[in-house]
Amino acid sequence: MATLHTVNKSPFATQSLLSCLGHAKAGDTVLLIEDGVYGAAGGTGLADAVAGLGGAVTLAVLAPDLKARGIDEGRLMDGVKTVDYAGFVDLAASHDRTQAWL
Amino acid sequence: MEDGVKKFLYVNRKAPYGTIYALEALEVVLIGAAFDQDVSLAFLDDGVFQLTKGQDTKEIGVKNFSPTFRALGDYEVTKLYVEKESLDERGLTADDLQDITYEDEDDDWAEKPSILIVSRSEMADVMAGQDVILSF
Amino acid sequence: MSYEVDGQEIATDEEGYITNLADWTPELAEVIAKAEDVEMTDEHWAVVNFLRDYYEEYQIAPAVRVLIKAIKKSMGPEVGNNKYMYELFPYGPAKQACKIAGLPKPTGCV
Repeated sequence: MATLHTVNKSPFATQSLLSCLGHAKAGDTVLLIEDGVYGAAGGTGLADAVAGLGGAVTLAVLAPDLKARGIDEGRLMDGVKTVDYAGFVDLAASHDRTQAWL
Repeated sequence: MEDGVKKFLYVNRKAPYGTIYALEALEVVLIGAAFDQDVSLAFLDDGVFQLTKGQDTKEIGVKNFSPTFRALGDYEVTKLYVEKESLDERGLTADDLQDITYEDEDDDWAEKPSILIVSRSEMADVMAGQDVILSF
Repeated sequence: MSYEVDGQEIATDEEGYITNLADWTPELAEVIAKAEDVEMTDEHWAVVNFLRDYYEEYQIAPAVRVLIKAIKKSMGPEVGNNKYMYELFPYGPAKQACKIAGLPKPTGCV
């Protein structure tokens, strides 16, 4: 009974990503979209919060939103998957529910 | 200071595409440039993301307005203050930002950088030295 | 309203600016110019081409004074001055030339 969580706000502007990570359960996926994709880049204080998940939660990021913001995929934190729009749909279909963290 | 010329600072604190603030700020700057005031732009917090290189918005269906920052020199907007702490917190350095320059009319059209990286306390001084501050 | 080039209908907004920038061709520019009562000369084309290059590079149409300054720099003060620009494009060098160049109405067009 896994949940797909979407986060669309910059982690530097709101607490949405941290709150989402604090509520995600093992087996869930957290998908970063829109300004949420800034949370996927390495070299920031967020890496610790993500490492704290110990791999139980899958972290994914929407590639078109990354590209729009000029974030090279080489800068992503280890273990972050990129998906395209079709991959977003697949994730929504393969989880039991979707929860948006606005 | 010339008569009637005021110091205007446009403060940019939002990332470029998630909200309309960044684009609106840029349009106001371009329109406001017609009034011959002493204009500066400040980029802090998520606003620093507006100036990053390599933006490509084709797949999200919105206009990529990052090239427009490079036109600001033509509008005599030549001071873009960028806060170093905001870059650091986001894992960015000055190298991640576009090259934005202007031609100095008073110095034989020499090309000079418009981006000025400043510390948080220097940014506070920039803000404190203005007549008008417009926030986005 | 719309323009017609080689039997093809080109859509515009209510002021006559084309809605899809990719529709622009030099032939269309001639058609728009005709509708505006402008006879295209080399000087007209220099301005139109400058506008298109500027838009391509910066994603905006320049304000009139930016346009005139740039034309003055590249083509000299005989062409790059307010009076001559308005002779070329009587309804305003930015507004009318942008329309012929297939660009959106310039930001800060006052």
